[in-house]
Amino acid sequence: MSVPLTLLGLLEREPSHGYDLKRDYDTFFGRGKPLPFGQVYSTLSRLTRDGKVTVGDVSPGDGPDRKRYLITELGATEVEHWLTEPVEPEPHLQTVLFAKVVLALMLDRPAGDYLDTQRAAHLQRMRELTELKRTGSLVDGLLADHGLFHLEADLRWIETTGARLDALRKVVRS
Amino acid sequence: MDRDDRRPVGRPAESGALMTVVMEARDLAFSFGATPALRGAEIEIEAGEILAIMGPSGSGKSTLLHCLAGILVPDSGEVRYNGERLDTMSEARRSALRRDQFGFVFQFGQLVPELTAAENVALPLMLGGIRRAAALRSAHGYFERLGLDGLEQRRSGELSGGQAQRVALARALVAEPKVLFADEPTGSLDSLTGEQVMDLLVGEARAQGTTVVLVTHEPRVAAYADREVVVRDGRVTVPVRRAA
Repeated sequence: MSVPLTLLGLLEREPSHGYDLKRDYDTFFGRGKPLPFGQVYSTLSRLTRDGKVTVGDVSPGDGPDRKRYLITELGATEVEHWLTEPVEPEPHLQTVLFAKVVLALMLDRPAGDYLDTQRAAHLQRMRELTELKRTGSLVDGLLADHGLFHLEADLRWIETTGARLDALRKVVRS
Repeated sequence: MDRDDRRPVGRPAESGALMTVVMEARDLAFSFGATPALRGAEIEIEAGEILAIMGPSGSGKSTLLHCLAGILVPDSGEVRYNGERLDTMSEARRSALRRDQFGFVFQFGQLVPELTAAENVALPLMLGGIRRAAALRSAHGYFERLGLDGLEQRRSGELSGGQAQRVALARALVAEPKVLFADEPTGSLDSLTGEQVMDLLVGEARAQGTTVVLVTHEPRVAAYADREVVVRDGRVTVPVRRAA
């Protein structure tokens, strides 16, 4: 799970204070593992240093935590690249894929297309493993099976999520 | 809907090499009564490729296969096989084409229960006018190739699910079809038996140069194909592939 990219995605939706970013992150992506405030601000500092975020207006009298952060062109490009690139097909990707889908819906991007691209990447990897099974030794085949079953689980999640995009869009944009 | 604006294409975007298109469908529409199953489906299938048609239940993937195979006639749109319109052909010609050029494997083998396994396999040849003895000789060759030795005289009720499906595969291949249509060919089998059937199907298709159109909702089955398309809401979508 990439915290910097997720925060960047949330900032592309709208300029936000650190507190708002933490709240939205915890709501959609934290699920039992809230993001510490310290990590929020250290991440924002690094993003600012790297030119992906700028600090906008600071509310007077609100203290250092009331800085309003804005995404830069560089940051937006990075979010675009991250969302459109399929994740390397390997097991246990659901959290990254979930973050991408939610952010894509928040940003009115084609989440369904991203899922299709990811499905293609997964199936390509499954093709390679299937060929290994057909041509390799029993040990190769069993190792390939392990990967195939996990990739298949990912794909089932992709199908289920794809069928519920309308409902998820309503939830994340309400 | 979420994806109505998706471009209806049936080939991967990066497919640049010149290949022979053996089958194509344009703007296919088909409804079961008031329920639309296909809504502008388009696809191109290259000679010798193994294509998986995926999609959720009720998406229209089996209807698309049936239209491509000339089993169903679309309400509108075109289906071409080797450039010739299938959808405007007479039923008699379509029937002959299905018998002479196409092979079929369905989820349940649909063997003729009164016939022996060997007679089931020989049936397409006999229907095509080949004498019984010659047809049975050709059929026997497939029993060895598909690991069915000794089962020739059994009837479908005396075969396991995997054996029956391999007999169905032999029946589909015996006339050396140009195109093999397989609709959920492992859907009634456990995963290991399903893999054996897919290994045989792919191996035989590659050996014969047969084009395979494979409908499946199972990713592990689709992984045997050269490429996949997804049918959703009666349309075909193909994701853009990215360089590795």
